[in-house]
Amino acid sequence: MNILYDERVDGALPKVDKTALLAELRERLPDLDILHQEEDLKPYECDGLSAYRTTPMLVVLPERVEQVEQLLKLCHEHQVPVVARGAGTGLSGGALPLEQGILLVMARFNRILEVNPSGRFARVQPGVRNLAISQAAAPFDLYYAPDPSSQIACSIGGNVAENAGGVHCLKYGLTVHNLLKVDILTVEGERLTLGSDALDSPGFDLLALFTGSEGMLGVITEVTVKLLPKPQVAKVLLAAFDSVEKAGRAVGDIIAAGIIPGGLEMMDNLAIRAAEDFIHAGYPVDAEAILLCELDGVEADVHDDCERVRQVLETAGATEVRLARDEAERVRFWAGRKNAFPAVGRISPDYYCMDGTIPRRELPGVLRGITELSAEYGLRVANVFHAGDGNMHPLILFDANQPGELERAEALGGKILELCVAVGGSITGEHGVGREKINQMCAQFNADELTLFHGVKAAFDATGLLNPGKNIPTLHRCAEFGAMHVHHGQMPFPELERF
Amino acid sequence: MSQTSFDASARLLEQVNDAIAQRKPLRIQGGGSKSHLGRVLTGELLDTREHRGIVTYDPTELVVTVRTGTPLAELEQTLDEQGQLLACEPPHLGTDATVGGMVAAGLSGPRRPWAGSVRDFVLGTRVITGQGKHLRFGGEVMKNVAGYDLSRLMAGSFGCLGVVTEVSLKVLPKPRAVANLRLELDLSQALQKLAQWGQQPLPISAACHDGEYLHLRLEGGEGSVAAARDRLGCETIGLDFWEDLREQRLSFFSDKRPLWRVSLPNNTPPLLLPGAQLVDWGGAQRWLKSEAPAEDIRSVVSHAGGHATCYETCDSPFQPLPAALMRYHRQLKAQLDPHGIFNPGRMYAEI
Repeated sequence: MNILYDERVDGALPKVDKTALLAELRERLPDLDILHQEEDLKPYECDGLSAYRTTPMLVVLPERVEQVEQLLKLCHEHQVPVVARGAGTGLSGGALPLEQGILLVMARFNRILEVNPSGRFARVQPGVRNLAISQAAAPFDLYYAPDPSSQIACSIGGNVAENAGGVHCLKYGLTVHNLLKVDILTVEGERLTLGSDALDSPGFDLLALFTGSEGMLGVITEVTVKLLPKPQVAKVLLAAFDSVEKAGRAVGDIIAAGIIPGGLEMMDNLAIRAAEDFIHAGYPVDAEAILLCELDGVEADVHDDCERVRQVLETAGATEVRLARDEAERVRFWAGRKNAFPAVGRISPDYYCMDGTIPRRELPGVLRGITELSAEYGLRVANVFHAGDGNMHPLILFDANQPGELERAEALGGKILELCVAVGGSITGEHGVGREKINQMCAQFNADELTLFHGVKAAFDATGLLNPGKNIPTLHRCAEFGAMHVHHGQMPFPELERF
Repeated sequence: MSQTSFDASARLLEQVNDAIAQRKPLRIQGGGSKSHLGRVLTGELLDTREHRGIVTYDPTELVVTVRTGTPLAELEQTLDEQGQLLACEPPHLGTDATVGGMVAAGLSGPRRPWAGSVRDFVLGTRVITGQGKHLRFGGEVMKNVAGYDLSRLMAGSFGCLGVVTEVSLKVLPKPRAVANLRLELDLSQALQKLAQWGQQPLPISAACHDGEYLHLRLEGGEGSVAAARDRLGCETIGLDFWEDLREQRLSFFSDKRPLWRVSLPNNTPPLLLPGAQLVDWGGAQRWLKSEAPAEDIRSVVSHAGGHATCYETCDSPFQPLPAALMRYHRQLKAQLDPHGIFNPGRMYAEI
C-alpha cells in the first residue's frame, strides 16, 4: 500500500486556503522568509528517503525562535498542519511534507551557543550539524558521542527527533543517553524546557518521551548535549570468517568475555566486495563475513582488550585476525564500512536501505531468512550491520527503471522487518518510523498499544497538526494494510469495517 | 527459572480493572522501601510482590527481563553470578526493595554520572494501563525507535502512569579492576579538581566529598586503574564506602534534620545553605540536612540551575513544576490514566 498521506486511511486534513494563509503570514511575520512558488518548493519535496515526494504548500525558513513561536500560534489558530525539518538527511520520510501543510525548515538555527568544558555540555541550536559539535568541543579534548553515519550533514535537532544512533551506541548510548535538556515549542507556540542542566529533573521524564518522537509532540528550538572526554586511543581489529554464523557467534563471545567494544560492525560478502572495490580498504574479499571491532579508552586497557579480543576471535574460528597497524590503516578499515552504502550504490542502479534490530542470538536465522526472501523476490541483498547492538542494515539492490522492481524492493523490505519483529526485534533501530515504516508499525504493535500512542500524541497536540500521519499509524491504516499483529489469538480492530 | 518465579499479571490486571470499574484509586507497592518518597497516598493496596522471577536472561545479549515484584537483591545476585551488574547502582533503601520500586522511583547510585540512570538502562516494559489493558512497549534490543518511548517515561514516574509488570534492562559486565581512594581536599578544591578530571579520560566511577575528604572510585581495566591510582593519590579506603553512601548509612544521614536531595549542574560551586552537606555524583548531586524552609532551599537551588527533593513526608516533596509543564503532565496523565486510579497525588496533587 502506498505510504504517501492518504486521507481515506490516515485521517482528513484541514483544508487550508494557501493564498489567504500566505497573505496573513506576510502581514504578521513580515521578516519571515517564505517560499511559495512551485520551483522554490521543489527542492523540499522529500528528505533522505527520496523515493517518496510531496510538494509542500509553503516552506518557511525562520531564523529566530520568536518567528517559530508566532508561526505556530498562527498555524494553531487557523488549523494548518506543520512539518518540521532539519538537514533533511532522515531515511524514513520523517520530514516528508504535506501538500496541505507548511514545511518548517529549521536549518538556519545553526549556531553553537555555548561549549562549557567544566560542565561538560554544549548548548546548540537544532540546525547545528552533529559533527560540528564534536569539532567545537575538540579544543577541550571533549566530543559528542552519538555518531550516525550521516554525522557530517545531519543536524542535532533531527538526531533528537529520531533518537539517532551510530557505531558507538553499544558503549556510549543513543541520543537519549547523551542529552541534558531540550527547549521546545508546543503546537500552541508555548515554550517548554524538558530536562535541565542537572542530570535529572522533577516530574515525568518528558525528555525521554520527546526523544525519538519524530516531530509529533513539539518543535525543537535548542538542545543541550553532554560532552565526553575523548578516548586516549582507539584500535581496530579486523576478523575474517568463512561463515556469517561464525562471525555472529564471535560477537556474543566478545560480550561474554566482558568486553564492550566502542564499535562492533559486521559486513557480509556482497558488502565486503562492494566496499573493497570502492575504498580499497584492504578487506579480504573472499571472506563470507568480516567483523570490525574497535576498542577505545586508556592505552593500557585497550592494549589488554585487543589481546583478549584476538584470542576470542581466533577461538571462534576466524580465518584471519588483523590489528590495524597504524592510524591510517584504522581510518581505512572504517572508511570501507562507513562507505558501504555508497559502495553498494556503485554495483546497483538503486538500493533500499532497511533498518531493523534483533536480539544478536537470532542473527544466523535472520540472515538465512533474508537469503530465502532475497531468492523469493529475485533481488540481491547486501548486509551491513551494527553487530554489537543487533541493528541490521540490509541493503536491497534493485533497478527503479525496471517495471515493478521498486515495489518488489519495498515488499521485500517489509518482509525483512516483519522477520525482525517475529524474533523479538524492532522495525526500526535508528532511522525512525516516519512514513516509510508506518505500515510495519501495525506488525509490531497491537490496536491497544497504537491507541495508547495516539493518546500520548493527543496529550501534546490534541488537533494533530504537528507532522500528521507520521510515526503512529491510524487503526484504519492497519486494517487496510492487513499485516496485523494478532495478539493472543485475538483479531485486532474487530470493530472496523474491512476494505 | 527459580522456584520463586510466578506470573501474577492476571491477578494484577483484574485488580486494576476492578479499580477502574469502581473508580477507586490504587496504591501500588512492592517492598515499600521507598514509600517515604513522594506524597502520602491512600487508596487500596496493589501489592506487586507475588509477580516475580526473571523471565529471560542471556548474558551475551546484555539484557535481562524481570517481573517487577522480584526482589532487587535477587536480580543483582543472578547478574553477579554471570559477572554482570546494573550499572546505575540503584539504592535499595531497605531489605525488601523490588525491581518495580527501582524503576518507579528512578533512583540511581554513585556511578550515575559516568554510567547513566535507571531510565538509561530501561529497554522495554510491560504495563497495565488505565484502560485496563496489559501492553508491551520497547523490547529487548538496544536500539528501538518504533513509536513513543513509553518505557523510559515509566522510570521515575512513581507509578502514576500505570503498573509496570515487567521490565527489560540493559546490563553490563562488572569492571575488571576497582580501586578506592581518599584525598584530603576542601570542597572547593575538590570541585575544581573534578571539573578538571572530568575533561580527561580517567576511569573515575564515583566521586563524593564528605566535608573533609574527596572519595574516589576508579573502575576499568587493571592498567588504567593502576595508572590513575598512581596519578591521583594512594590512600585507599574500604569498598563499603560506596554502598554505605548509596544506602544512606554514612553517619551524615543519621543527622535528625530533614534530608534533601539536590540535583545540580556538576560544576556548581559550593551551595550556600544552612545545614550539613554531602556532595555526590562528582558535584551533580548534593545531600543536604537542613531545617531551612523549603522555599529558601528551592530558591537557591533553582538559581543554580537545579532542583531539590525533600526525603521527608511533606506536602510538596518534589520541586513544583512551571505551570505550562504541569499542564502537559496533567494531559499525559489524563490520557494514560483517565480514571485517575494509579497513585494519584504521589508526585504532585494535580497528577
